[in-house]
Amino acid sequence: MAEDDIVIRVRGLKNSFGEQVVHEGLDLDVRRGEILGVVGGSGTGKSVLMRSIIGLQVPDEGEITVFGEPTIDLEENQATEIRKRWGVLFQGGALFSTLTVAENVEVPIKEFYPDLDPTLLDEIASYKVVMTGLPADAGPKYPAELSGGMRKRAGLARALALDPELLFLDEPTAGLDPIGAAGFDELTLSLQRTMGLTVFLITHDLDSLYAICDRVAVLADKKVIAVGTIDELIALDHPWIEEYFKGPRGRAAVATQEAGTGKAGAD
Amino acid sequence: MSAPAAFTDDSAGGTLRFTGSLSLANLGDLPERLAAYDGQVEHIDLTGIERLDTVGAWTIHRLAQRTGADIKGLNPDAQHLFDQVQAADQPVSIRGQHVPAFYRVLGEIGEATIQTFKTMVGLLGFLGATTLAFGAIFKSIFVPPRRFRFNATVQRFEVVGVSALGIIGLMSFLIGIVIAQQGAVQLRQFGAEVYTINLVGRLSMRELGVLMTAIMVAGRSGSSFAAQIGTMKLTEEIDAMRTIGVSPMEALVVPRVLAAILMMPLLGFYSALISIIGGGLLCWATLGIPPVTYVQRIREVVPISDVYVGLIKAPVFGAIIAIAGCFQGMMVEADAEQVGLRTTAAVVQGIFLVIVLDAFFAVFFSSVGWI
Repeated sequence: MAEDDIVIRVRGLKNSFGEQVVHEGLDLDVRRGEILGVVGGSGTGKSVLMRSIIGLQVPDEGEITVFGEPTIDLEENQATEIRKRWGVLFQGGALFSTLTVAENVEVPIKEFYPDLDPTLLDEIASYKVVMTGLPADAGPKYPAELSGGMRKRAGLARALALDPELLFLDEPTAGLDPIGAAGFDELTLSLQRTMGLTVFLITHDLDSLYAICDRVAVLADKKVIAVGTIDELIALDHPWIEEYFKGPRGRAAVATQEAGTGKAGAD
Repeated sequence: MSAPAAFTDDSAGGTLRFTGSLSLANLGDLPERLAAYDGQVEHIDLTGIERLDTVGAWTIHRLAQRTGADIKGLNPDAQHLFDQVQAADQPVSIRGQHVPAFYRVLGEIGEATIQTFKTMVGLLGFLGATTLAFGAIFKSIFVPPRRFRFNATVQRFEVVGVSALGIIGLMSFLIGIVIAQQGAVQLRQFGAEVYTINLVGRLSMRELGVLMTAIMVAGRSGSSFAAQIGTMKLTEEIDAMRTIGVSPMEALVVPRVLAAILMMPLLGFYSALISIIGGGLLCWATLGIPPVTYVQRIREVVPISDVYVGLIKAPVFGAIIAIAGCFQGMMVEADAEQVGLRTTAAVVQGIFLVIVLDAFFAVFFSSVGWI
């Protein structure tokens, strides 16, 4: 595989909080244009991995490169150049509570492109809001007035504000109803196809994994124990992976998936 | 590095040809130049572009809309992107509706007034609910099962009382010094420095000891009651208590109010003593009054009624502070921002009510002859 096609490369990552070691010798590659699902039991450090990659958590050891540039100990202006190219959706949406939804979307654009024409800025914010599936009247609302699902969509609109090449999603479907979650999956997929995104998706949602992920990385024992398509992972015969995908919930997700593709085929 | 977005016009055919990367990073002043372009446009040719993102697509979409031109040269991916952007073209307002300043001010005055009345009624109601909870607990002493939460209450004693000793001591000591120093400077003009002792002794016992302690307790404990209960409200702990059958009034409010009522007289008296010690040290150092004389004078000039005044006021202030704190905590709804607002409100309300009541007490005690 060409060097160019690896968007995120993590090598020998070590993270610890006091005595507790979260990651040790963790390696991971994310390829350009794929949706990579990251799974793992609670407390295996999925969010910590994401925070390390986006520079919110300084690892004890290891190398992380994003778009071919090392991200640890970056100069502020280099970091800015990289931050322009990615968008992050945090678990709770992390919208700025004093700004309206549309103003939230404008924040990153204003920050990175301060000279942009204000009318165009408002227009960009408008179509981003609509593109993420929010109703048009959600624009002037404050985050406190939104439901959990709408807040996530608004967060996604902000993450997509700069037309990033790389998108980090931290449990985007957690706490959504199944219809909302399926809608969000579809949206992620469609945006990925439309904008050629690479997506780093942390999730517990087996339906999401089956529906949209090209590959899945499994975190356990402080490292990534396997990366591959779900079929490849199941073929590995690892007990935790087996349990994860073949447990009752896993089987239900497969059934849903098969029913879904079956119907699509019939149409 | 991608080439900046640019366009050339082929004026004969009315075709605009775009080149470069039509993306947010490389857009430059293209939107301005397009807006300024006033030639006839019939076709938009995108064959030559390197990259298209949603912002680029949006710019082209707007241009096509304005001029009625048709677009060609899009590959399937770009066409898909273009369709998505086109579909998202709906009017969205960015900010809320703008209300003229005059109406906004009027509206805010009205809302603040209503809010104040509501808070007053709510606080009164909460006072009643607290009293009822105290009554129920008192009754349960005779009719088991006993519902008084001894451990919770004692734990509050520590938080409200013992942990506050250091800061209240330091504050009172400094206040004693300041009163003595300022008093001495003023009284020296009349040759009456010796009355500094009266000033320090009576002021500390009667007013400042309790008042400053109340302010400190409002800042330390009133705020923490509001924040704790507010957070519990947000995390649905209070609802969980209710469903289990535990009354939050009895489990959370009563121990806190009781702790404040019992701790305030102790802290107030302690504060007055430390303040007198501070004043005494200053008298010794600058006025040359030896400690023995100072203590003797204090015993002569401070009537026992001053101690009573302080001790009677203190539990009332404690109750007010704790009730205001718990009330504001219980009022938290919806989001975390409210916890901050309510915590501030608890402190402001607590201190305000303490000072208002202190004025009433001052008039009352003077008129019953404790002068």
